[in-house]
Amino acid sequence: MFILPAIKIAFRGLRVNKMRSGLTMLGIIIGVAAVITMLAVGEGARESLAKSIASLGSNLILVIPGSTTSGGARMGTGNTNTLVPSDAEALDGESAVDAAAAMVRGTGQVVFQDRNWNTAIIGTTGDYERIRDWPVSDGRFINRQDIDGMTKDCLVGTTVVQELFGNEDPLGRIIRINQVPFTIVGVLQKKGQSLMGQDQDDVIITPLSTAMSRLFGKTSVNAIMVKGKSDGVMNRAVEQVKTLLRQRHRIPDGGDDDFSVMNLSEMLSAAETQTKIMTILLGAVASVSLLVGGIGIMNIMLVSVTERTREIGIRMSVGARERDILLQFLVEAVVLSLTGGVIGILIGVGFSTAISQLSRFQTSVSLFSVLLSFLFSAAVGIFFGFYPARKAAGMDPISALRYE
Amino acid sequence: MIEARDLVKEYVIGDTTLRALDGVNVHIGRGEFAAIMGPSGSGKSTFMNIIGCLDRPTSGSYILDGKPVETLSRDDLAGIRNRMLGFVFQGFNLLPRTTALENVELPLYYSGQDGEMEEKAYAALKSVGLAGRERHFSNQLSGGQQQRVAIARALINDPSVILADEPTGNLDSKTSVEIMDIFTKLNAEKGITIILVTHEPDIAQFAARRIHFKDGKIISDERTPSPPAPLPASGEGRRI
Ligand SMILES: Nc1ncnc2c1ncn2[C@@H]1O[C@H](COP(=O)(O)OP(=O)(O)OP(=O)(O)O)[C@@H](O)[C@H]1O
Ligand SMILES: [Mg+2]
Repeated sequence: MFILPAIKIAFRGLRVNKMRSGLTMLGIIIGVAAVITMLAVGEGARESLAKSIASLGSNLILVIPGSTTSGGARMGTGNTNTLVPSDAEALDGESAVDAAAAMVRGTGQVVFQDRNWNTAIIGTTGDYERIRDWPVSDGRFINRQDIDGMTKDCLVGTTVVQELFGNEDPLGRIIRINQVPFTIVGVLQKKGQSLMGQDQDDVIITPLSTAMSRLFGKTSVNAIMVKGKSDGVMNRAVEQVKTLLRQRHRIPDGGDDDFSVMNLSEMLSAAETQTKIMTILLGAVASVSLLVGGIGIMNIMLVSVTERTREIGIRMSVGARERDILLQFLVEAVVLSLTGGVIGILIGVGFSTAISQLSRFQTSVSLFSVLLSFLFSAAVGIFFGFYPARKAAGMDPISALRYE
Repeated sequence: MIEARDLVKEYVIGDTTLRALDGVNVHIGRGEFAAIMGPSGSGKSTFMNIIGCLDRPTSGSYILDGKPVETLSRDDLAGIRNRMLGFVFQGFNLLPRTTALENVELPLYYSGQDGEMEEKAYAALKSVGLAGRERHFSNQLSGGQQQRVAIARALINDPSVILADEPTGNLDSKTSVEIMDIFTKLNAEKGITIILVTHEPDIAQFAARRIHFKDGKIISDERTPSPPAPLPASGEGRRI
């Protein structure tokens, strides 16, 4: 008997037992849908992380004030006022450093005519554009003259443009940030969400000097962002940053740093690896349900073989050979698991789409996960269908016929 | 065609051994129509199952069409059942929830033919008087109709032997006669060898030869003198 009639016979067998076939498939459907969804969630997380990493800029080192505790870097505990703008200028001269920009952060109430908006304010220098890889879409970035002359020029992110100007052209307009009038000299390109899920385009960038003295009244900066020359010199860049800052801050040998240096690129790629591991883990957990589905198939197939002993006897009496019976039950199992697999893939894709639509969580169904699920369900069918099929094929014709 | 030599079949149940067949010697030639009779438990079905290659004897040999069956593999036996033999059982043994047509087609699946399966099945159903019932499910047919489907299935691969174990056992006498007419026709027109088990002397009268079993042995083997019965092969039929 060839495979085609076997498939025909198998489909007949499944059609005759619609209810049972459906219930058997349910296990596989749930398993495959779970695998697809889990992988999509993991893959989506990885992709959005990768996007955020790309949006942050490459080869980044972040320097913040305050010392590193033994527990590792603590972001945002810059409670000492040790970093100053000239530190950034000095770092810029190091051999492994491409650029360095000091920055102050805060929030501000922005008013344009009768509209107002609360947004994040970053005061920084011209190098910030290159370090963050964040060019303007219109106008110009902050430059040397702005810093030196403490001008009241500023750049606006797209969200701010939308909130204050709608469709009007914001270039050259004057807005008030915390009562201080600023002229808009540039519009930043859209950047999207940050790692923490914040809208990075809800921002206004002003010259560092202006922000420090006119907006926040600060003498120290919140952070210095340093861009290494290349991937390969990041460790050296970190060393140079540390050495120079210790020197400038006159820290004696053996004394603790009064700043913390983080290699962001390294941390982020570590995070990416972790997300990958998480994806694999999620997939593995979901695979367990697929396995349970497979055991369900075996269970039902065994029951089915026993229940259909007479049928097997009848088939043998009209000339079915062992391999015909084996093939029949094997194909039935594979058809069950594959049909379940395909339905499961459809449901999984639907689920993933629903998740990314209904929540802000990004999901991404990869061709790989679809193929994997498909092949896996076929394998489940063959593996768990084999034993029952073997059992059916090994029956003795006369005892099978006599079976009540 | 069919030759049994000292066939013995023993069943071991617990620590007792039951001899269902106790040295059966018989020869049934091509084109014969033989009825097998005998009391319940005398070994008729056991004999038929061995003849039908569904079961193997404990000892003795069975030669089918010149081949000693005990030397054949399971697959060979399946092939013989598929092409050479046709079975008709008392309980019909049709696949449930399956149409008459699909039941009749069944042996064709296992003989590796793909084309013209339906046409053949239609023709076989027509030859047993079931034209128009092809799409009925087996449980939507009467007992007599089900037995006709079973006969059509037995015929589909043009077998040389039909083995029928109490084919009329579940049918009323009128239907039984109709079924027997089909067998008689197959024997007379197509020369198919027919061996059937029955308890009823009336049914046995359709056959030209009547073999009686008792306690696993053949106790008598008689032929109707007229019309001309096929000549027995020398010394094979055993008489007591
Ligand atoms: N599978 C089996 N296991 C044990 N004993 C069996 C088996 N099959 C048949 N027998 C025994 O063998 C003997 C012959 O049985 P068989 O079915 O051949 O009788 P039979 O002549 O066909 O009877 P009936 O007319 O009632 O059908 C019986 O005593 C029966 O109990
Ligand atoms: Mg019997």
